[in-house]
Amino acid sequence: MSDFKSNNKVVNWIEERLPIFSMMQHSAIEYPTPRNLNYWWNFGSLAAVMLIIMILTGLFLAMNYSSHTSLAFDSVERIMRDVNYGWLLRYLHANGASMFFILVYIHIFRGLYYGSYKAPREILWFVGIAIFLAMMATGFMGYVLPWGQMSFWGATVITNLFSAFPVVGDYIVTLLWGGFSVDNPTLNRFFALHFLLPFVIVGLVVVHVWALHTVKSNNPLGIDMKGPQDSIPFHPFYTIKDLYGIGLFLMFYMAFVFWAPNFFGEPDNYIPANPMVTPPHIVPEWYYLPFYAILRAFTFDLPFLPAKLQGVLAMFSAILILFALPWLDSSKVRSAKFRPLYRQFFWLFFVDCMVLGYVGGKPAEGILIKIGQFCTAYYFAHFLLILPLLSRIEKPKPLPASIAQPVVKAAALVAMIMVGLAGFGGEAQASSAGMPEFKKPATAFSWEGVFGKHDKASLKRGWQVFHDVCANCHAMKLVSYRNLADIGFTEDEIKAFAAEKEVPDQPNDEGVVNNRPARPSDKIVPPFANDKAAAAANGGALPPDLSLMNKARPSGPYYVYSLMLGYEDAAPEGHPIPEGKFFNHYFPGNAISMPSPVMDDIVSYADGTKATKEQVAYDIVTFLNWAAEPELDARKSMGVKVMVFLGVLTALMYALKRQIWKDVH
Amino acid sequence: MADQAHNAQPSSVDGQTRRDFLLYATSAVGAVGTGLALWPFVHSMNPAADTLALSTTDVDISAIKPGQSVTVVWRGKPVFIRHREPEEIAEAGKVALADLREPQTDADRAKKPEWLILIGVCTHLGCVPLGQKPADPKGEFGGWFCPCHGSHYDTSGRIRKGPAPANLPVPPYQFTTDTTVRIG
Ligand code: FES
Repeated sequence: MSDFKSNNKVVNWIEERLPIFSMMQHSAIEYPTPRNLNYWWNFGSLAAVMLIIMILTGLFLAMNYSSHTSLAFDSVERIMRDVNYGWLLRYLHANGASMFFILVYIHIFRGLYYGSYKAPREILWFVGIAIFLAMMATGFMGYVLPWGQMSFWGATVITNLFSAFPVVGDYIVTLLWGGFSVDNPTLNRFFALHFLLPFVIVGLVVVHVWALHTVKSNNPLGIDMKGPQDSIPFHPFYTIKDLYGIGLFLMFYMAFVFWAPNFFGEPDNYIPANPMVTPPHIVPEWYYLPFYAILRAFTFDLPFLPAKLQGVLAMFSAILILFALPWLDSSKVRSAKFRPLYRQFFWLFFVDCMVLGYVGGKPAEGILIKIGQFCTAYYFAHFLLILPLLSRIEKPKPLPASIAQPVVKAAALVAMIMVGLAGFGGEAQASSAGMPEFKKPATAFSWEGVFGKHDKASLKRGWQVFHDVCANCHAMKLVSYRNLADIGFTEDEIKAFAAEKEVPDQPNDEGVVNNRPARPSDKIVPPFANDKAAAAANGGALPPDLSLMNKARPSGPYYVYSLMLGYEDAAPEGHPIPEGKFFNHYFPGNAISMPSPVMDDIVSYADGTKATKEQVAYDIVTFLNWAAEPELDARKSMGVKVMVFLGVLTALMYALKRQIWKDVH
Repeated sequence: MADQAHNAQPSSVDGQTRRDFLLYATSAVGAVGTGLALWPFVHSMNPAADTLALSTTDVDISAIKPGQSVTVVWRGKPVFIRHREPEEIAEAGKVALADLREPQTDADRAKKPEWLILIGVCTHLGCVPLGQKPADPKGEFGGWFCPCHGSHYDTSGRIRKGPAPANLPVPPYQFTTDTTVRIG
């Protein structure tokens, strides 16, 4: 690297002591790159960008997060509601995790298709698998931190995997938990490790890139660069191409952040963790689903090898087998372009993984069990039978002499696959099985659509219904009186609402705790002193807190709207309802403890609107939606600006890319 | 890369201009975007809405006798409320402004002369000065004394000696009734 010369004295002074400029020159500017890379080669740099976004957003989230079981859930909600732009940071981070996995899965399948794991790139491939493993651990522990129902039960199920190992299993699990169940020590260590692992990933990425720069990039033809005519310098050709890809990707990513921020999430995770009640259908995050399906595929005990252990071993092997890939596939030809048989089996394998993912997201019932078992068998057969066999019997097509070929335009296919994967993620999460179609209001909710916002008049009416009706039994502990300013109440009105209730004051000088009237800065005072009192006063059924109701049920707003209007005076034939319960078409199991909360004229609206049953239901759902997503209006209007901006930037980068590349094509 | 056939220079002067324009435009837009994107991160470190909402404290002062002080918490900081005796008020009133490091009259610092309300944080480097309890050292000027680096405050909370640059600040407050004061 002694060939580096600069006219700048300072640069030379530094360079003699720390050859950082020549290193950059060598590895980021001159780095000879095959001239024929297609858009599938963008995903490595995209993943690196995503890693940086995750570390940045994570760092700032950590500044506001509390890793204690009694505080974690509320601290996340405080981030969403009170911390400046906290909702943005959290949604960037939560959706970022899904994006990171989409990018990395595409990157891995790119490697599989073009044979990037073959000599001399084996170590490059190994480091990549290590990154993937570290990502899985990080993602899993991150999902535990919000301490919702899925966090808790996900942590319980995944840590229990280790109990499958004979003799030491239970000790390992106790060690992981730091106790006898998933609890505060578990949460604390997961937070510490979740903070550490991304930096381990950064270290692995450095090694990954180091190995890459030693052996150089593979390319769609899978043949080696034979001389300068086959390569171009990384900068400016691939810097601009990567930047253009980043622009496109950011638009894809931001669409989720601003318009469907909970698309990849589970409604159950907006219910605080409850170690006594497991949600009916628990699933891991979508990116683990194929492996989850493999775990569940084993149902027959063998001597010395119970089904549970088989599943756990198979699940780990499904990833570890990738380490052996360079030897299982011994074909000398790298790219699937010249391997007609391998190409077909590659796509079969791809479909197999998708089906496994689908099965992993559904309840283990009926035909799905068989499909899962078949796909698991095929998964391993692909590596252990098909690949070794193919490399022997396949007759590859003749390889071209050199890389002098037009660049393949794969952008459209890339976009399709990303949308497909995203849809797969969302589909796998949706779980409203066995429910009748939800009712929809005559006029759509005002906040729907790209530009939709909460309707202030409906919010005020909704507050009136909540205040006069719902609040007699239901709490809304995450919302403060001061928040009502958002929906148009004046300071004096808010003070008056708060002053209706009392809260315990600080102990006075004699140590006596008196009550004082609530203030705007207080949270909405719950109707009962504690959950036990609330349940006792309601026939043993605790009325759920309504702060997050619209986010805590699948299709939340429609569910609540339908529930309000789904009562039947008498239970239909064949649906016996226990004493003290009511029949509701939309409540799971149909027997609900809450009597029908809405009827015509249950309130008389201050603004003169006629309080029909439908109107009341509409208004309360609007109010609950605001309570669950107070940031919605700000989020959408920021989203529009961000999209316009990214559109302009990406168009500019595209034009610049064409200009830079026009002499190469 | 020695091979000049593959360098990044465009083939024509026209192309060069167009490319330069695109390069500058893209860089400028990208730089602006990066700058804007940083703001939410920085702003997330500013006080959150719930922190800002806790910015008033109501205090019942009926039980504080002349010559007594109490310390209350406002925005996480100690606030000194002192029921001053007539001598202290007189003492504070007769100081010549020219003798003060930060000239302020006592009348400017106390809405009702018998009630002195101060943020009890030394303006030097943030320690809490002594002088609230009867047994505390009150410094050479009979008010408060900061033990950290020896700042002396007088009976109006003004800096008189030592390294602190300014008087103990007076928080915003009002008497909501004769016996309660709202700070903030
Ligand atoms: S902090 Fe009070 S004198 Fe330095």
